[in-house]
Amino acid sequence: MEYDIVIIGGGPAGLAAAIEAKKNGVDSILVLERDRELGGILQQCIHNGFGLHVFKEELTGPEYAQRFIDELNGMQIKYLPGTTVLHIAGDKVVHAVNGTQGYLMIQAKAIVLAMGCRERTAGAIAIPGTRPAGILTAGTAQRYVNMEGYRVGERVVILGSGDIGLIMARRMTLEGAKVMAVAEVLPFSGGLTRNIVQCLEDFDIPLFLSHTVIEVRGKNRVEAVVIAQVDAERKPIPGTEMTYECDTLLLSVGLIPENEVSKTAGVRIDERTGGPIVDESMESSVEGIFACGNVVHVHDLVDFVTQESRRAGMAAARYVLNNGHRAGETLEVLAKNGISYTVPQRININNEEGQLDVFFRVRKIYIQAKILVHSDGHMVREVLKKHLAPGEMAHLTLDRAELKNLGGRTLTIEVEEVHHG
Amino acid sequence: MAKQHDIVCIVCPTGCRLKITETPNNGWLIEGNTCRRGEEYGIKEVTNPTRVLTATVRIEGAHLRCLPVKTKEAIPKEKVLDVMALIRQVTVQAPVEAGDIIIADVLGTGIDVVATRRMSS
Repeated sequence: MEYDIVIIGGGPAGLAAAIEAKKNGVDSILVLERDRELGGILQQCIHNGFGLHVFKEELTGPEYAQRFIDELNGMQIKYLPGTTVLHIAGDKVVHAVNGTQGYLMIQAKAIVLAMGCRERTAGAIAIPGTRPAGILTAGTAQRYVNMEGYRVGERVVILGSGDIGLIMARRMTLEGAKVMAVAEVLPFSGGLTRNIVQCLEDFDIPLFLSHTVIEVRGKNRVEAVVIAQVDAERKPIPGTEMTYECDTLLLSVGLIPENEVSKTAGVRIDERTGGPIVDESMESSVEGIFACGNVVHVHDLVDFVTQESRRAGMAAARYVLNNGHRAGETLEVLAKNGISYTVPQRININNEEGQLDVFFRVRKIYIQAKILVHSDGHMVREVLKKHLAPGEMAHLTLDRAELKNLGGRTLTIEVEEVHHG
Repeated sequence: MAKQHDIVCIVCPTGCRLKITETPNNGWLIEGNTCRRGEEYGIKEVTNPTRVLTATVRIEGAHLRCLPVKTKEAIPKEKVLDVMALIRQVTVQAPVEAGDIIIADVLGTGIDVVATRRMSS
């Protein structure tokens, strides 16, 4: 089996990449999706808030997915559902399995990695206590409730105030469960303010910042959960314990890009993001292998996944049509003071297009800040930004010609707090 | 003592802290907003708060057991739990198209509950 472009993952990233690759002149495209249908994580995100940038409308996850699924089908792009990719071998041979065709080996000219991310598990955070049934990651509970039709629990405590935890606090309440508390180990919530209001305040669900779960009790099923306040070193403070009798503990404690397959192809991974190191066209360290979406870095808005994935799809198409070559020099992007990471990690200064976007996250909350961009000692840009937070990916737009003229080897991005005098 | 509300605006990521005070002529004084949209949100939120409700209904004959639905527009916030109680009683049959009306004019709001995806049989 041979295809010019093989796309691993048929969620919002894979769909946008496939459509854009076809629009850029490549017909031989195959999308591999492990679930029964396309759409990825969007099919379980039945809440709204998607598409404000891309469609200027507020859509639910399934509605956003359907726009792209319809477009893909309209363009007759081929896909195989129920198909799991095992590894990428040798020179871009994708090994996969499904229930109808068995074992597949697909020779690709270019590959787009769009596998998304996984949730951090209970085991990974080692909560003391017993290990009864009733402890689930919030996303798993979301799939059970929204797609498979299961009632996950009656009395719920949630650990983690990221958006998935907040959304599930509301969802469980609407389906008749009692959500007793949300505990967040940090002194601030990682979720959107909109969700704090509409998921917690609307239902009088208390949020305990600087708190964590210190014990799970229960033999066959969760019977109670103990929450305590933590100090600056995240150590529980004695005397602050609160015990909640409940039957379910939902965990919303982090998302991790899923790169097991990427590693089999020898793609270099950035430790800070957990995803492939990419340049601004989303090409990885392996020529002809591109990556986009949550597999590169976890996004807050699917709209940015779509934009990023269109870049990857276009670049994959150009790579195939140009018979593959890696354009020359790259500038290494350094994330310094206050910046936890940037995507891209490298910039190809010889690529034609005029402007490029650098996406980044800050390490803490800033009310007013200055983003400083410099290249080997030369100042490139100083941008004032209001309200930066780790939970809200930010970006700046740079001009490629300007960077090329500076002739540097590195580009440094850092943030400075701005205080009013 | 004039009635006062402290809320966080959710119109954009800034999240201005709004202070909303009732004025003697039945008007509202909004403080803390940095734009017009925030002022409008503040007044709406204290006089007639509304929410778009998203949920699922049972579906038979499709590849999944749940069909995601939403209220086509925002409904009064105080009706959300009653509308949920109605939604939990509904079972539909596949096939369904996105936009199909699942409950028309729910609880007299003039707003329909519609399907948000296609599900074939």
